[in-house]
Amino acid sequence: MSTNTKKISHKTLHLTKRDSIATWKAWVIRLIAVLLALIICAFVIVGITGENPLNVYSGIIDGAVGSKRRIWVTVRETVVLLLIGVGLMPAFKMRFWNLGAEGQILMGGAAAAALMIYAGNLPPVLLIILILIASACAGIIWGFLPAFFKAHFNTNESLFTLMLNYVAMQIITFLIVFWENPSGSNSVGIINSANKGGWFPKIFGSDYTLNIIIVVVVTVVMTVYMKYTKHGYEIAVVGESHNTANYAGINVKKVVVRTMLISAGICGIAGAVIVSGASHTISTSTAGGRGFTAIIVAWMANLNPLGMLLVSAFLVFMQQGAIQIASQYGLNENASDIITGIIIFFLIGCEFFIKYKVRVKKSEEDAA
Amino acid sequence: MENYAIELKGVTKRFGSVVANNQVDLALKKGEILSILGENGSGKTTLMNMLSGIYYPDEGQILINGKEVSINCPKDAFDLGIGMIHQHFKLVDILTAAQNIILGLDGGMKLDMKKINQEIDALVSKYGFDLTPAEKIYNMSVSQKQIVEIVKVLYRGADILIFDEPTAVLTPQETERLFTVLKKMKLLGKSIIIITHKLNEVLEISDRVAVLRKGKCEGVVETKDATVESLTELMVGEKVELNIQRSDPKKPEKRIEMRGVTVRNSEGLSILKDISFVAKSGEILGIAGISGNGQKELLEAIAGIQKVDSGEILYYPPNSTTVEKLSEKTVREIQNLKISLSFVPEDRLGMGLVGSMDLADNMMIRSYRSGDSRFFTDRKTPRKLAKKIVDKLEVATPDINTPVRKLSGGNVQKILVGREIALNPDVLMVAYPVRGLDITSSYTIYNLLNEQKEKGVAVMCVGEDLDVLLQLCDRILVLCEGKISCIVNAKLTSKEEIGMYMTGARKAGV
Repeated sequence: MSTNTKKISHKTLHLTKRDSIATWKAWVIRLIAVLLALIICAFVIVGITGENPLNVYSGIIDGAVGSKRRIWVTVRETVVLLLIGVGLMPAFKMRFWNLGAEGQILMGGAAAAALMIYAGNLPPVLLIILILIASACAGIIWGFLPAFFKAHFNTNESLFTLMLNYVAMQIITFLIVFWENPSGSNSVGIINSANKGGWFPKIFGSDYTLNIIIVVVVTVVMTVYMKYTKHGYEIAVVGESHNTANYAGINVKKVVVRTMLISAGICGIAGAVIVSGASHTISTSTAGGRGFTAIIVAWMANLNPLGMLLVSAFLVFMQQGAIQIASQYGLNENASDIITGIIIFFLIGCEFFIKYKVRVKKSEEDAA
Repeated sequence: MENYAIELKGVTKRFGSVVANNQVDLALKKGEILSILGENGSGKTTLMNMLSGIYYPDEGQILINGKEVSINCPKDAFDLGIGMIHQHFKLVDILTAAQNIILGLDGGMKLDMKKINQEIDALVSKYGFDLTPAEKIYNMSVSQKQIVEIVKVLYRGADILIFDEPTAVLTPQETERLFTVLKKMKLLGKSIIIITHKLNEVLEISDRVAVLRKGKCEGVVETKDATVESLTELMVGEKVELNIQRSDPKKPEKRIEMRGVTVRNSEGLSILKDISFVAKSGEILGIAGISGNGQKELLEAIAGIQKVDSGEILYYPPNSTTVEKLSEKTVREIQNLKISLSFVPEDRLGMGLVGSMDLADNMMIRSYRSGDSRFFTDRKTPRKLAKKIVDKLEVATPDINTPVRKLSGGNVQKILVGREIALNPDVLMVAYPVRGLDITSSYTIYNLLNEQKEKGVAVMCVGEDLDVLLQLCDRILVLCEGKISCIVNAKLTSKEEIGMYMTGARKAGV
């Protein structure tokens, strides 16, 4: 054996895929991720603002659940986000990238606003039923276009649905010109503020009970639809492989169109829930990016409705908190987006450690 | 001391809780051909991937030419003179052979193609290959592509060559030619490892055989002392009967008939040209051919998945005088006619099953529309069926709620074949039914096919192992470039004859 070689040791990282992991371990990893994220956020907060991060955190909590009214707003926003997430679920399960929830919400909202303006004197129950139907139909029209072209000409649904968002926004701008009130304000203002025609009624002492009922009903129905019906089964197969679907005798085109109509219809109803159930007005920012946030909601929860509820609640919590700290500390609202971003980064990143085991391995090698 | 090219000592590799290789000790002598024999999932490929730098062992040592090494990436393997020829070629179709051979090599600023071509020509004549460096890959046959892969690793100065299932895609004649090349390389001092599960080839080509079972090395034997039976026993761990019982067809009746069927792909090229044949009840019709010569489209056309451009496909129901024209019907219409047509496609997880769904949900892929409710799925029947298949075919699975993609290839196939046979078919079509299966599972499947045949089912079986087709089938239809080159009686033909028809070297009636 020659002696002019010496051993050097160096460390290498080795990744091994985990077979399975205990549920509690996975949650511990997620919890650690959130804690780490909050620590990093604290540094960022101190670095940017010089504020005590604990104060900022308590400001966020205060903003989200600090009073009865704030709790209700948080709940209202959570259920709307959940509803849109549930709307996206069947499309995403089918691997149909519906990025057009934003436009579908706006069209649904426009239909609701139109009925409130032109038919505000109808009996309230009838009017609200009409609003829900009309808004669903408006969303469906907005979903039918990309679905039809996808099914028959294999167009790219991501681009198609995305571009329709801008068309929807222009239509709203156009409608605002007609519905301007007071004239010259370039906004629609609160519709029917006197007789509250088409507003969701107060039930059990809350303005938002009907919002919650609608969302719960839709969520439960869709969960059952996806899990236990023949349609739901078809969606799952089409999403996995068109080849398998053909083999099974599933009419892929029909399933694509039908599922997208359902998805867009629910997003349209979300528009009505926002307009009739909360803002009572319409503007180009009625959807307010919820159509995109809901994509995060759907995927982070892995299309699981219960998970979607948790993710929606978390995101809305942070959003409402942001508004609070923005006014309290004179921060820009984006400060909270930074915090949310860091937490989401850690949450998504920790999935890696749930899937893989990392080991440091020492190895010895000859070095010349 | 003996001169070893490679020595593995106590090499272990785990994937999660699965031990792919367990304390493997193995040595390759310089200038020998060593076969590594083992069933699918026995850890052959994992072991070789550790030599070629794709995986890193969890434990153990690797010695190359007597010196311990650490192979961290494929480049390390190249530097040590180890070259791997993969089962699936890694070539760029639109480049020439020479361009593929130098791809990824360091070089100066100027690319001297002339010099490279000369070097390649020198290698080619040294080993007696049949290769034109300037030819484009897409013009080449499978065996020519394999030669390019071999020259590629030789050009990089490999002294140790590892072949992963090299004969899987070759005709018998091409296999012979490959073996000649291997022997030549051995004479010129190269050390060679062949991974395979074909026993005849092991006996023909190798000097020694190492048998792997369940990740462990069960022994290394001199080929001259080995027989098919002794190797099988080592491989399986017990004695197995390697006989297929073939009974004579009973009362064969016409079931499926193709009349002048032509199928074109989306680019308008015809995949099947003027196909006419008859499949009869109570017999097994084998379909042979080099992969990609229209076998897939033939079965899919009958199943209604593939659109037929011209010609007709007819179905003759048992005990009836009506004739159904399948070529004009969709899959759903065929199902609605209560035509019991079972189909085990080649792409198990891409077509026959849904990988992310559990066993029970996979049972209902073709029958989910049945059940009392119009709207809701019936989950009870498929669950029962899944349990029955798991019991009857001894599927290794934790439970029936496991996603099928987590099962091994053999178990996936059992699920698929089990489901299709449970439909009580009149016609059963299977494509590569035993691909990836171990010996015992393969024979389970052969027996199932025979059982169906004896029940009077018209069985059509696309296969790649000619030895098996010859034993199992009654008639064999050979496809070449989308045309039928012959239909022969399996009892009266030979592997060589079918090989000739497969390459189109012989045409029917010639």
